[in-house]
Amino acid sequence: MEQELKPSASTNRYLRRWATLLGPFLGLALVIAVFAVLTGTPEKFLSPFNIRVVLSQTVIVAISAIGMTIIMIGGGIDLSVGSTIALTGVVTALGVNAGFDPIIALLAGILVGAVVGSVNGLTITGLRVVPFIATLGMLGVARGAAKWISGQEPVNTAPTWINNLVVTFPDPPWLMLAPGVWIALVLAIIATIVLRNTVFGRRVFAVGSNEAAARACGISTNRIRIAVYALAGAFFGLAGVMQMSRLRQGDPTVAAGAELDVIAAVVIGGGSLNGGQGTILGSMIGALIMAFLRNGCQQMGWPNFIQEIIIGTIIVAAVAVDQLRRKQL
Amino acid sequence: MSILELREITKNFGATAALAGVSLNVAKGEVHALIGENGAGKSTLMNVLSGAIRPDTGSILLKGRKYEPTNTLDARKNGITLIHQELMLAPHLSVAENILMGMEKTRFGWLDPRKLNELAGKVLVDFGHPDIQPSVPVGKLSVSAQQVVEICRAIAARSEVILMDEPTSSLPRRDVERLFEQIKKLKAAGISVVYISHFLEEIREIADSFTVLRDGVTVDSGKITDVTDAFLISKMVGRDVNDLFPQREALKDAQTVLSVQNMSAPPMLESASFELRRGEVFGIAGLMGSGRSSLIRALFGLEKADSGTVSIEGKPARLNAVPGNRITNGLGYVSEDRKIEGLGLTLSIADNITLTRYSACSKFGWLSRNKQDRQAADLIDDLTIKAPDTRQSVSQLSGGNQQKVTIARLIHQDAEILLLDEPTRGIDIGSKAQIYQTIAELAAKGKAILMVSSYLPELFGMCDKLAVMSRGRLSAPRPIAEWTPELVMQASIGAGTR
Repeated sequence: MEQELKPSASTNRYLRRWATLLGPFLGLALVIAVFAVLTGTPEKFLSPFNIRVVLSQTVIVAISAIGMTIIMIGGGIDLSVGSTIALTGVVTALGVNAGFDPIIALLAGILVGAVVGSVNGLTITGLRVVPFIATLGMLGVARGAAKWISGQEPVNTAPTWINNLVVTFPDPPWLMLAPGVWIALVLAIIATIVLRNTVFGRRVFAVGSNEAAARACGISTNRIRIAVYALAGAFFGLAGVMQMSRLRQGDPTVAAGAELDVIAAVVIGGGSLNGGQGTILGSMIGALIMAFLRNGCQQMGWPNFIQEIIIGTIIVAAVAVDQLRRKQL
Repeated sequence: MSILELREITKNFGATAALAGVSLNVAKGEVHALIGENGAGKSTLMNVLSGAIRPDTGSILLKGRKYEPTNTLDARKNGITLIHQELMLAPHLSVAENILMGMEKTRFGWLDPRKLNELAGKVLVDFGHPDIQPSVPVGKLSVSAQQVVEICRAIAARSEVILMDEPTSSLPRRDVERLFEQIKKLKAAGISVVYISHFLEEIREIADSFTVLRDGVTVDSGKITDVTDAFLISKMVGRDVNDLFPQREALKDAQTVLSVQNMSAPPMLESASFELRRGEVFGIAGLMGSGRSSLIRALFGLEKADSGTVSIEGKPARLNAVPGNRITNGLGYVSEDRKIEGLGLTLSIADNITLTRYSACSKFGWLSRNKQDRQAADLIDDLTIKAPDTRQSVSQLSGGNQQKVTIARLIHQDAEILLLDEPTRGIDIGSKAQIYQTIAELAAKGKAILMVSSYLPELFGMCDKLAVMSRGRLSAPRPIAEWTPELVMQASIGAGTR
């Protein structure tokens, strides 16, 4: 039996890797093309202005999807995203109102997100509650906490630079895109590198791919899982800050159902509910697909329920196409 | 006259040829044994016949007519039914519902439970089992009664060919005899049975003719009474069994690296004591569920041990440790089930190989993918793992190559003491030979190897000493020369070793 690693093998490898991202890319191109045609004014739909709007609207889902991708690669799921966004948004708003420096308020939001995530991780590993249920519980708890500390009222804040994080026209103008878009982009790149090039990242993959095998390889799987949820929680916290920035207030009822958008973005991007699979780039494209869809529907003047039906259909279609592709490979 | 005729069937999965030219002739009313090593293609062939997968090329004739089933129900309607190794019954449904599953007689979509029970009852009575009530949930029946239900399902579908995939592997002897009675009844009714089994004694007892598969090809067929067991084995293995195992010499005056005294890990392991030296291959035989795996798993920190002492490299070690701790102490583990506890199937070969010791290819938590690739490529070469590149996901590899990856991981880990649980289960003969070779090389380098196996030839071919686990108790280890296969079997079933 001879064995050699031919140079052509590595080109195959890249082809294969890109093939998994081809679907989401094509999907994005298709969505953009369809709405460019449907709206009848492609120059408007693809105008720098509209693209800025869409990108700003993507920030919250995109940042959350980074966290969710890490969780899903690790074999978990988090249904408490929306509630965590609301809670951390309220915390940030309260922080600003209490007279703290905005950066402190922002960090407080992120920290609370990380704490919520840690609690999820501890519930899952310590009490052996499956992630679906543990985070379903947190969905209620975090939402309740947000309402409690806000007195069930949106918390209005004095204007600070936090309010400018996701504006369509950034200040200074040379930024071109809202600061939040750049933050999301940088975080996506960092997360990609961490997942790909660090021992921690590869262990997350190992735990998600086969937890029993990871344990037998001496990996402390519980520690990894808690770290994953805490890290993702921090991302959700930052998303909460962005949400507060967008509304210019901490609204305890905001982002209900956001978990579905976030999970959909990851799944459309090639993430698997079975763990061990997924890419940040894919999830970002998934988030963009959803944002362009919503934006396109709005421009068409279609009612909200049409958007919901389309998005629901696309999630299922994306996964079905992915299954077909896997069968053929 | 043959009722079922297969000509030159081939089937490829990706790059692996599962079937590379299988021909098979089954006569009406005969029991035809399909024999072959694991990975020879028997299960794939069964799946082709039962309509679960479609062959790439070749033709199948059923009663002289072309047979191309589109799915398993279609196969059943055409008269071919597969009875799986693990029974495919819905335990909460009644016997009648199970027997008629998929072919229920309905009137405008409405089921008539009385009619259902009547039909199923008739099949049961005709088959000589009026004792089984059609309305009872299947989960309440004994395993052998459940098997009768499976067979009756095939009869109810008016099957003319029944395929049985290792039907006795999980049955006690008494139930095996009952099954054979059922098969004889089928024969008497003119129904043909294709019977897969590893046990040659069983095949002699029940089969009329045989076909041997090796590496997806039919290598021989004929009347079972015309051939000897030794002939069948040589056909299955494709070479003399003795060539499989490398020549080994035990190291002299080697130091003891692992000492286990009176270890217990309830409920499976009652007590085990042994010592393992450098350069030694120590085999543990015994039946499945005798506590062999518990011993290894408890040693590696995957199960809780209750009492006993463990010392590693002469130093006392904690009785209960986590796997990470054992790995630090130089232990390495290969699970008996690579899919459940061995590999991250969606991960690349490189990741799987370096998983236990990322430190060898990373600095301060940063992975050098180049280094990782190079280390993985070296081991891929050493173990002749057939793969296009190091980033190929392990799920795309054949079973034998997957198993080699689990061994490669231990080498990458640089484990001093290797705990191998069924290291060659369910893999092709070429991979087996490679793994034996690798184990011998590791032993020659002074590694200590503890090997659990159900396959006696491999224990006798590889080990320096052997002990037998029976009902949770490990016998005293003895040099391999003092054992014979008969003694091992006796000790396994606890029939008095002394």
